[in-house]
Amino acid sequence: MTDNVDHGKRRLLIAASAAAGGVAAVGAGAPFVLSLQPSERAKAAGAPVEVDLSQVAPGTMISVEWQGKPVWIVHRTQEMLDLLPKNNGDLADPGSEVPQQPEYCHNASRSIRPEFLVVLGICTHLGCSPTFRPEVAPADLGSGWNGGWFCPCHGSRFDLAARVFKGVPAPTNLIIPPHKYLSDTKLLIGDDSKGNA
Amino acid sequence: MMNMLNKLIGWIDARFPLMATWKGHVSEYYAPKNFNFWYFFGSLALLVLVIQILSGIFLTMNYKPDALFAFASVEYIMRDVQWGWLLRYIHSTGASMFFVVIYLHMFRGLMYGSYRAPRELLWIIGMIIYLALMGEAFMGYLLPWGQMSFWGAQVIVNLFSSVPFIGPDLAIMIRGDYVVSDITLNRFFALHVIAIPLVLVLIVGAHLVALHEVGSNNPDGIEIKKNKDANGIPLDGIPFHPYYTVKDGVGVIGFLIVFSAIVFFAPDMGGYFLEYNNFVPANPMKTPEHIAPVWYFTPYYAILRAVPPMFGSQFPGVVAMGVATVAFFFLPWLDRGKVKSIRYRGPIYKGFLAAFVVSFIGLGYLGLMPATPTYTLISRILAVVYFAFFVLMPWYTKIDKCKPEPERVTFK
Repeated sequence: MTDNVDHGKRRLLIAASAAAGGVAAVGAGAPFVLSLQPSERAKAAGAPVEVDLSQVAPGTMISVEWQGKPVWIVHRTQEMLDLLPKNNGDLADPGSEVPQQPEYCHNASRSIRPEFLVVLGICTHLGCSPTFRPEVAPADLGSGWNGGWFCPCHGSRFDLAARVFKGVPAPTNLIIPPHKYLSDTKLLIGDDSKGNA
Repeated sequence: MMNMLNKLIGWIDARFPLMATWKGHVSEYYAPKNFNFWYFFGSLALLVLVIQILSGIFLTMNYKPDALFAFASVEYIMRDVQWGWLLRYIHSTGASMFFVVIYLHMFRGLMYGSYRAPRELLWIIGMIIYLALMGEAFMGYLLPWGQMSFWGAQVIVNLFSSVPFIGPDLAIMIRGDYVVSDITLNRFFALHVIAIPLVLVLIVGAHLVALHEVGSNNPDGIEIKKNKDANGIPLDGIPFHPYYTVKDGVGVIGFLIVFSAIVFFAPDMGGYFLEYNNFVPANPMKTPEHIAPVWYFTPYYAILRAVPPMFGSQFPGVVAMGVATVAFFFLPWLDRGKVKSIRYRGPIYKGFLAAFVVSFIGLGYLGLMPATPTYTLISRILAVVYFAFFVLMPWYTKIDKCKPEPERVTFK
């Protein structure tokens, strides 16, 4: 009786049913894994944000929420802008070659209008929100400090064009989000499409 | 009465291996008779697991996993729920004490070579428990939705986004959103209260089954199964019950004294068990001035920070941190020593183990501190020492001059 067992056929059937079961298991598992993706509501939450620029005094910064993240708007004074090139030698990417900004902000001040810097306030290292340190040469940041941001988490430094310094944990400059000016004092963050603006 | 009880047990035994299980794992499980202080921590880890599950279940009854209500519901538990403050402090203290006990339990394994053959799989299962516990602690820490909860999760989840190619999508998949949000909180809650505890209980069971299969190691690192009496019982073995149930009972009492002292007199442990910034509600717009993980993650965190970015990527640091945790898995095959226990090892192994302990504690301290250039330099040196312990192990355990092992266990 046992001699009549066709072992080859048995192995084939076992392998075939295991393979079929495996495919079914992967298929059944897919919806669970896919449900971990951002929901439609989370995807829709990224609506553009309008900002009134008249509330930002020269030399100061405001922080607005866009897609759950802080976006900074800095009103840079002429002195601040004049100090920017002095940092170039100490920066990791002074020319902003890494595409961390829309093409229209790929310039020396990383902005559309040099006096207003619009930047995503999330450190490119591990996502902390750096602290605004606009003062020149404070005791704790050293005499070479021309104003910028200091990340309290891991010590990354950025200048007032949100460009990263060499030798800090953050690998790249801060991200400039898409934005456009609706009027002289109205800024729209999250949308840079041309047209009815 | 006794007759009735015996009948009941007989009835059950005909349908379920009740007495066989009791005998095999407790009353006739023969453990070496020379267990010392370090052997308390296995049973204590089991105790803390039970404490965490119990206190956790009761916390769940009043906690709300919603970004709008989470912080307030924890305050509600602390102020308005009858005895809620105690439940919460038991749970938060339990989290830290779990790691205290587990680290001492692991150190015991290092000292007495408990990971060596035939206990490799037992050690690996234990390491999986350790990793699961780290995940459990990390996700639990997000639930109070304080500043440290939020920014800690933000930093840790961003570690995954530094993985080449799939990183950014992986981080979004973990958060379920583009930032740490209500969605993240909700899923971490699910994982913290259901998924990981289930896995933990299962693999802790597997850890015990594996332990009772191979038998416990002991401070002499010799196999008691080599010397058996006529009945096949190890000459140096004593039944776990009543001998070690009573001994572990003493450990439990000692542990609960310490545990209660923390719960009642220093539940935040000076900011180490409950960080002060976590008493501020999460604010996605502002990172606290100084953020550090809870103390049990800081050795790895210090290693992460010690590695500079390479090729414009933070990934090497993340890899170093991952390797630092996973390195323990390979100990059974890295160790080439002729003896298991530190009692019979030569001076070289003792030196390396001491250096490793210093580096682990040192990195743990530095991980709590801000990253100044001096601290970063010390972190780098200690990280090298940390990895040298593992990488050089096949070499230094081989050349080390070991003392002869005794034939039977000893008492010291």
